[in-house]
Formats: sequence, structure tokens, C-alpha cells
Amino acid sequence: MPRLGVGMKFRFDAVRGAWVVLGPERLFLPDDHAVEVLKLVDGNRTVADIAMLLAARFDAPAATIEADILPMLNSLAASGAVRL
Amino acid sequence: MGLIAEITHRCPLQCPYCSNPLALESAKAELDTDTWLRVLAEAASLGVLQCHFTGGEPMARRDLPRLVRRAADGGMYTNLITSGVTLDDGAMATLREAGIDHIQLSFQDIDPAENDRVGNHAGAFAKKRAAADRIRASGLPLTLNFVIQRHNAARVGDMLAFAEGMQAERVEIAHVQYYGWGLKNRAALLPTRAQLNETTDIVEAARIRLRGKMVIDYVVPDYHASRPKSCMGGWAQRFINISPSGKCLPCHAAETLPGFDFPNVRTHSLAEVWESEAFRRYRGTDWMPEPCRGCDRRELDWGGCRCQAFAITGDAGATDPACELSAQHYLMGEAALESAAPAPAFIYRRLGKSGLPAGPVTRQRALLDGS
Repeated sequence: MPRLGVGMKFRFDAVRGAWVVLGPERLFLPDDHAVEVLKLVDGNRTVADIAMLLAARFDAPAATIEADILPMLNSLAASGAVRL
Repeated sequence: MGLIAEITHRCPLQCPYCSNPLALESAKAELDTDTWLRVLAEAASLGVLQCHFTGGEPMARRDLPRLVRRAADGGMYTNLITSGVTLDDGAMATLREAGIDHIQLSFQDIDPAENDRVGNHAGAFAKKRAAADRIRASGLPLTLNFVIQRHNAARVGDMLAFAEGMQAERVEIAHVQYYGWGLKNRAALLPTRAQLNETTDIVEAARIRLRGKMVIDYVVPDYHASRPKSCMGGWAQRFINISPSGKCLPCHAAETLPGFDFPNVRTHSLAEVWESEAFRRYRGTDWMPEPCRGCDRRELDWGGCRCQAFAITGDAGATDPACELSAQHYLMGEAALESAAPAPAFIYRRLGKSGLPAGPVTRQRALLDGS
């Protein structure tokens, strides 16, 4: 179950009009797709749960969405923004 | 954009490589709480995302938790950069309550006696060790910072093993940067190229071994380099550094540059500071001389460091002599010869005693208490 990395904060920055991930000496500006995924990362939902919710919202097969978001979550994990 | 709030120059340690200026600001010159609260609110509304509380020892200011609270309320990520020697259970609880997001704890060495000798503070290592345990137990992310110089370069492997044992999220292996007190003590601190290469090899091997477990940030000294560092991500492009008395600087060392009128938060808003002449002077690439101007790395390293250019060549607008394309690069090589000579004694960082040689270990309680 993905969750934010230790010390990471995901929030909307009103000055930039953009979502940001803030961490120790780190700043990430996630793209629109990553923002939609990160909004659902809460430490309780599985990757499959997140894919299902996005599938319902964007009217696409959950399996396709899951295949799309796995590499994204892996790269967020490599940067420390997310823990898998 | 980041705010570096250098809230005091008071410190219980006297490290001979301190990045503070040789002319330390006294407690009575410091900004008052209300001014800091106003500045922090301004920073948040300007879109500053990260606030680094540093010093000196920022915990020497009793209003630190109020400042942290204001920064956190403004949505900024709050980072405390501390020596840890006063981080007891009470202070930890107060900081947690105030909304601190991250603590970076500095060590002078992994060898306790050497750690205490460098900071000139008996018992410092034991207090830092206890502070590391407290941060770990609090659930906050832990960054350990080790400052590397010729006397401890051989122990980088032990430092990394300690950080791994503490399950630190992040460790900085940061060679001394030669400004302020570090420049004054360069002959006592600068490692040889062979020492540097050895630390680089150890860090690179550890990065591969610990990938995904611990982030290792590595900072090298410029004296053995062939290209300059991207100092502060470019002059006045990412940071505002505010000194204890309110002077606004593009970096903590910029006060050493002559011919500047740096704005003060007592009389200027942060928005005015950002657009001031001092901040615009070396911003971007328009100011650059050759070989920077025509270099394809000009927007990667931004011409290197203005303070180093001034310290070594006497011209703040010159190419950083750390660059092998600089006509003055040989000056860095000449200075690096110091590293092969016997190390002189440390000149410890002290308020108002910048020229005196090192004395015996003394505890600076009076400084810490602000009296």
C-alpha cells in the first residue's frame, strides 16, 4: 500500500497554482497524472484500489490504468516521495 | 524558492570551518520576534516553500518554536539545522508541537574525541548521539550531516555505517566549503586529492549498496575540482538568506563582497529584496564574462561562486577559479598544496576574537544564553 515517504508533504501551492511534494532538501513538481494518483495515496489504499477509483473517474479499464501508474509510483518511490 | 533564516550567530560550538562571517553578529543586534514573524508571513505569501532555520545554533533563540509555528502555518516546509547539543526531551516536544517537519543534525566526526576537539566543546558527541536517538524516536525524518576535512576524511566509511545503523533517511557527507572561518583555517582543513578520491570512492559504493534505503548527498571541496559547483543554484535565483540582524543576502557568504548595499528586512519587504540591485547584479547570465558567456554549461553552474571568485581572484564578477577554463585556475592548485603540508592549529570560531589562535577547550555558556 503506497504512502508518502517519511517527512514528505503533498500540498497545493496557491501562489503557483500547482501541487507540490515537499521533503528534506527536496522539492518535486508532479505532473497532472501523478497529482491524481498522489491525491489517492493515503497508506490504506492498494495500487489496485487507486487504479479502480481512477478507472471509474476516467472511464478506462482498471488494468490499463494500473499498468500506467505502476512505473509512475516506482519512480516516485525511487526519489523518496512515496514508499511502496 | 527557499528562505534561509540565520536567526542567530550564537553557538555553543566553535567549529573552525563555520560558514558564518568572521565578524559575527552579537545577540543585541538580532532581529526581534515580531520582525521575524512578519518576515515569515511575507515569505509564505511570496510562495517560499521551504524555510531553513539555521545559525549559529538556532536553538539558542528561545522564540524558535514560535517562528517554526508561523512558518508551518504559512504552509512552508520547516527544516531545523542544528548541532543538537541542546536538543533535550523538552525542546524536542516543543518543536514537534510547533510543527517542525525535519531536523538536520550535524556531526564533526564519528570519533567522539575528535568530534569534541573540532567543535571545541567537551561532551558534544554524547549529546549529539542522544539527540539523534530523540529525533529517531519522534517519528521525524532524520538527516545526519558530517563535515569532512583532512583530519576525519579517513572515517567516512564509519560515518556511513553509523547513519545506516540509525536508519537515517538521509546523510550528507559534506566536505568543508572554504568561506568565512573555513577559508581562514584552510591550511588546517583541506584534504589532499588522494584523501578526496578515497572519500568519493566510499560514497559511490555506499550509494549503490543503499539505493532506495538511504539518500546520500555528497559535497566536494572546490580546490581539487575542474568545474565549479552551481553555487546556491545561481545567484539570487532560489534562495534568500537573512542574517541575524536582518541583512538579506543571496548566500550566507555574500557579505564578504565589497561594493554592495544589501537590503535589510527592517526597512524592506521580501518582494523588494528579491528585486533589489544587489540581488539582480549576478542573477542569470547577462553579467557573465568569457569564458562563461559562451560556455554551454552557463545555465548549469551559473558561473560558479561569486564569493570564491572574489576571495581567490579579487574580482566578484570573474569566472569561479574552480573552473579549469578560468585563467586563474592555477591559484586553486597553488592553494591546494597546503593540504600536503603539516596542518597548523585551528583558529576556533569566536565572537570578537577572530584573529586569536586556538586556546584550550572552553564551554561558551555565556554565548549560548545570550548574556
